[in-house]
Amino acid sequence: MVLEAELAGVAGTYGGSGDPVRHQTRSDSVVVRRGEVVVKAHSVRDDVPGLRARLRACASPELAGVMLAPLVPEVLMVAGRAVTVWPAGRPIGRDETETAPWEEGARLLARLHAAPLTSLPALPEAGGPGRAAGAVRRLEGDGPVERLIRRTFQELPEPEAGPALLTHGDWHLGQLVLRDRWLLIDPDDLGVGDPAWDLARPAAWYAAGLLDPEVWDRFLGAYLAAGGPALGDGDPWRRLDLPARAVTAQLAAVALGHARRERRELDEAEQSLIEACGRIVRA
Amino acid sequence: MQCPKCRGNMRTYERNGVHIEQCDQCRGIFLDYGELETLSRMEAAYHAAPPPPAPGPAWGAPHHPGGHYGHKRHQRGWVGMLFSS
Repeated sequence: MVLEAELAGVAGTYGGSGDPVRHQTRSDSVVVRRGEVVVKAHSVRDDVPGLRARLRACASPELAGVMLAPLVPEVLMVAGRAVTVWPAGRPIGRDETETAPWEEGARLLARLHAAPLTSLPALPEAGGPGRAAGAVRRLEGDGPVERLIRRTFQELPEPEAGPALLTHGDWHLGQLVLRDRWLLIDPDDLGVGDPAWDLARPAAWYAAGLLDPEVWDRFLGAYLAAGGPALGDGDPWRRLDLPARAVTAQLAAVALGHARRERRELDEAEQSLIEACGRIVRA
Repeated sequence: MQCPKCRGNMRTYERNGVHIEQCDQCRGIFLDYGELETLSRMEAAYHAAPPPPAPGPAWGAPHHPGGHYGHKRHQRGWVGMLFSS
């Protein structure tokens, strides 16, 4: 593939050596690693001026030790695609979920949310709400499950005015890498928004009965203990409820899309998300 | 006051706003008018107290301690979900 070879060339230019290894991604982005250098061609859907600001934010001293800093603080254009260059880190293995650093992830989010927006480049809106709306909009078909997911999303309560803070926009365990410490990666959805959305995916997993309550307590507890500002005082679910409902619909829509494309039934975990949608519309 | 049963000496205690006379000798208890009703009301309120709300949304899955997370955790779909957008 031409793009892959071009990305391997870019990795070589910035010191990457050895055979290029392509990382699997589910979107149309292409990620190639050569030794210590990772090169990413962003999705053609990504907004390039927004990506430039997001990349500069990652390179800024305010986010040192929170977001992985790029090797090159500018967006390159390669074969018509926006490309970014990064130092390689060690991701969490799929067989390491039992020992995943949930607390570290929570503390990094707390620090990200507390970063002073005024010291950062002007950033676009964080991508969380847009991702959820997009996933539901892209649902095909009009069966009962599709209708349930659309209804879950359409019947979301009106959002209360929440804080507008620096927000990752797409947090999950794949967004942590280990270098000399754990860091957040992937600024594609980084921006200004309601930071409760960054906690909403684990919250939705917990509410769907997928995430062990003990792990959820550790994650939430670490976030609050680190002074994370997303949830205010009192019941954390007051702020989590709406984004967790929206993300439940998003995750259900994505899961259904995967199952349909792979021509298979939903597995038990995916079915749990549909059941959560059912409880949301009855709540 | 003397115990009506054994003539022992009765001492007054207060328990949760209810005056109780208890005999030093036979440990018998004497309640004033209305105090039995007060205790009954307190007992009923204790039993009717709702369980503390589950920490989660009204629409959350019922969580069973030591429940089924073990086998779900190892499912391909669930692990994939932990790592993908």
